[in-house]
Amino acid sequence: MSQLSAPHVQPIPLRNLAWWALAVPVLLLVAYLVTFDQGAISQAGDYLHELMHDGRHLLGVPCH
Amino acid sequence: MIRPLFVRGLLAGIIAGLAAGVFAYFAGEPHIDSAIALEEAAAHTHAEVPLVSRSGQVGGLFLATALYGLAVGGLFGLAFALVRGRIGPRSGSVLSITLAAAGFVAVVLVPFVKYPANPPAVGDPATIGSRTSLYLVAVAIGLLAMAAAAVAHRIFEVNGEPVRWLATGLGFLVPVTAAWVFLPVVSEVPEGFPADLLWDFRVSSLGTQVVLWGVLGVSYAYLWHRSERVAGAPQGVPA
Repeated sequence: MSQLSAPHVQPIPLRNLAWWALAVPVLLLVAYLVTFDQGAISQAGDYLHELMHDGRHLLGVPCH
Repeated sequence: MIRPLFVRGLLAGIIAGLAAGVFAYFAGEPHIDSAIALEEAAAHTHAEVPLVSRSGQVGGLFLATALYGLAVGGLFGLAFALVRGRIGPRSGSVLSITLAAAGFVAVVLVPFVKYPANPPAVGDPATIGSRTSLYLVAVAIGLLAMAAAAVAHRIFEVNGEPVRWLATGLGFLVPVTAAWVFLPVVSEVPEGFPADLLWDFRVSSLGTQVVLWGVLGVSYAYLWHRSERVAGAPQGVPA
């Protein structure tokens, strides 16, 4: 199982990754709109909420 | 250098989301329909005019799973960029599948065991706020436990495989078990709700997430492998 540590692959420096961390809140916002939003952020919140109703149930997120 | 890892994550995520949507359509929708029929029978009235029709909601299923897959895939691509070379398998393809399995356990399985998915008609609308918070706490604990396991795996590298894997397992299981035991219980299944319908719905919901994370890991691995082949294995070691 020595292959489970990866000493021969050069890791990407954290400095380079820092910029990309800015994408994280955007992606979380997309996930939020699908799973929780009820008009709090998006204008069409209620509509989106109802539209994605089945997906939310089947993705296992609390609903109702 | 990071951009292709990220873009591949988005792509693999959409593929995974659509695959999960197809699974959910066939495996899950019949149970949602049955639960809604029970809900309406219990309410006796049809006064509520739906904002979105049932067929609209079924179409929305694919939109929901695709968008969710896109978001998860993007985060997955960035996590891959962060993890690669620091911890985990050396091969990019094997790392992709390992990371997807770890993500599934942390983000889906840990919360699911404590707060399983519920069909329509199950759950008190008055408690949605607290149930959502508890669910997010469970997701956070799953992620922290997985991170603790990864750190333990790294720290105990020099102590031999048995000690190392014991530490990895404990790093994950101690916080997760504590959360399962100490987080408040939510039990809101209405009196008389069919147990087999509840069970079937929950299995189909878990299956939807298995498909999503499974297809994500495999398609990301495929895209990685393909790019390595095109680039002629830049590190001199074929993945």
